[in-house]
Amino acid sequence: MPETKPVLMQGNEACALGAISAGVRFYAGYPITPSTEIAEHMAEKLPDLGGVFIQMEDEIASMAAIIGASIGGMRTLTATSGPGFSLKQENIGYAIMAEIPCVVVNVQRMGPSTGVPTAPAQGDVMQARWGTHGDHPIIVFSPASVYETYYLTIAAVNLSQKLRQPVIILLDEVIGHMREKVLIPEAGKLLVEKASDLVPSDWKPYDEKGLTPLVPFGFGHYYHVTGLFHDQYGFPTGDPPQVERALDRLHHKLEKNRDEIILTNYIGHKEPRVAIVTYGCTVRSARAVVTKAYWQNRLPVGLLSLQTIWPFPAREIEALAKQVDVIIVPEMNMGQIVGEVERYARGQAEVIPLNRYDGEMINPDQIYEQMGRWLS
Amino acid sequence: MALIEHLTQEYLRTKKLPHIWCPGCGNGIVTAALIRAIERTGYDQRDVVIVSGIGCSSRAAGYLNFNTLHTTHGRALAFATGLKMARPELKLFVIMGDGDCSAIGGNHFIHAARRNIDLNAVIINNHIYGMTGGQHSPLTPTGMKATTAPRGTLERPFDLLVLARGAGATFAARGIAAQPRQLEQLIVRGATHKGFSVVEALSPCPIAYGRRNKLGGAVEMLRSMKDSSISVERAAETEDAELKDKTITGVIYSFDAPEYAEEYYRSISDNKG
Repeated sequence: MPETKPVLMQGNEACALGAISAGVRFYAGYPITPSTEIAEHMAEKLPDLGGVFIQMEDEIASMAAIIGASIGGMRTLTATSGPGFSLKQENIGYAIMAEIPCVVVNVQRMGPSTGVPTAPAQGDVMQARWGTHGDHPIIVFSPASVYETYYLTIAAVNLSQKLRQPVIILLDEVIGHMREKVLIPEAGKLLVEKASDLVPSDWKPYDEKGLTPLVPFGFGHYYHVTGLFHDQYGFPTGDPPQVERALDRLHHKLEKNRDEIILTNYIGHKEPRVAIVTYGCTVRSARAVVTKAYWQNRLPVGLLSLQTIWPFPAREIEALAKQVDVIIVPEMNMGQIVGEVERYARGQAEVIPLNRYDGEMINPDQIYEQMGRWLS
Repeated sequence: MALIEHLTQEYLRTKKLPHIWCPGCGNGIVTAALIRAIERTGYDQRDVVIVSGIGCSSRAAGYLNFNTLHTTHGRALAFATGLKMARPELKLFVIMGDGDCSAIGGNHFIHAARRNIDLNAVIINNHIYGMTGGQHSPLTPTGMKATTAPRGTLERPFDLLVLARGAGATFAARGIAAQPRQLEQLIVRGATHKGFSVVEALSPCPIAYGRRNKLGGAVEMLRSMKDSSISVERAAETEDAELKDKTITGVIYSFDAPEYAEEYYRSISDNKG
């Protein structure tokens, strides 16, 4: 990225600035620790950009309001934490069904329930996947740094626009509140993809032939938007073949764009025997382990970090499992992504969970110790 | 006749008919009054948006030929708030039922009123949850029967328009399906009022409410609705004791106060300068 300038900022701030860089001009939210700084930054910055900040009466209304604003043609975002994320779920499902783009940030905190509001945890991995009812597709990013938060927020906004699909950013409390250097591109250097303004005269909101850009309300296309199963014009249907086609449509658009959605990163030995698979802030501890074990001691180890956790990077795990004897999966929960890793390892490698759920980060020594057992 | 044909062709999605409502339902009368009211406002069809929640009445959105947004249960006003803030030039009519608006959507209702955001809420009050087969709502009168109150509900209903007033709404009116012309006028007045406007439209549900409570069929329900109503002007000249069981119709209150979307956009352009 040319002509960038380094800025020290907090993860939550990077999320807000990334969103603004990506063209988000509408934010609706409700205060909740540890995500509140995102709302505060938006409240400060959006009015000067001609955008809208609105503090809604609750989390449900915040989710509803961003969907409403998206239908009006704005790029939208809301941020929350576990309890609020639970409340947003019904309307997240609505946005998936009605194919309305929007970005939802969940700065995770220790649960269940009110839990430890200021403690980090990665307990919402499965809620992000299956929180809303029905057989829905979802895209979930999990940044490992403030820098990644900035760029993944931009990617989230662009993807949500392109696919007319809600994208969730599952931020860790540790990332949200940490200050780190981010390289901010100068104005105009950033890739912000715009949905096509050119609308064919036979435009249909849910065209059977494939994805069409959303034409906002107020331009003379009198279509219907509903959470009911609908035909290509948006009108309710209960006809079994149409229902099945409509659900396939939602899933196929993600499958077709898999390469753009699935982001992972491998570092370490070319022919590893032991690999770590993790995401979010736990990547940071795993990186320290790889630095010591591989870069310093040349041990056959590697790290596959998952920036995208849903849809699950199945192919990447399958390929990794063929290479290694053991995959260690550290997570700040009682074991959520590890089940997916096991599923796609298909018995080719032993999958070992490493869990911590006391509100503290997994430290490098814990991973190193676990790994040592398999290298000796 | 010509006007009716024009309205049918332009504002109704005739291919989506017949509608799903039961025989004798008042939703069609209220929807027709809404269509005529929109015509009378002179709004450009492209600027009109119909937002609705979930329930029998909210299905009206699907039959109306505008940009229509059929949302989740109780949340219509929250979706509408987002859309209005994004596109303040649009004219939003928000159709809700009594359960949708006053129970699950109660929080959004009071906050839309508090902001005085320029949305036109049309609440079709049939005193019952009809879509699910007749459960009592917060607006079901005490003692009336429902599938979830087989011995008559012990709960007390509340006056939606008084609640709205307390929360900050600047316009409220009540009409009845038995007097569709008045209802049409009330919707027009609500629509042209700047700020949050509430029009409560009482509507008969002979199938899920009337039958269980022995209120007769649609005709009897409409007749008793008419007999028990009194205009706000006549009510002003009537003794309180006589108004006890009466439904007061007409514009209950209307006054000016800053409208939220306009205030917001003014404040951000002031800051820029």
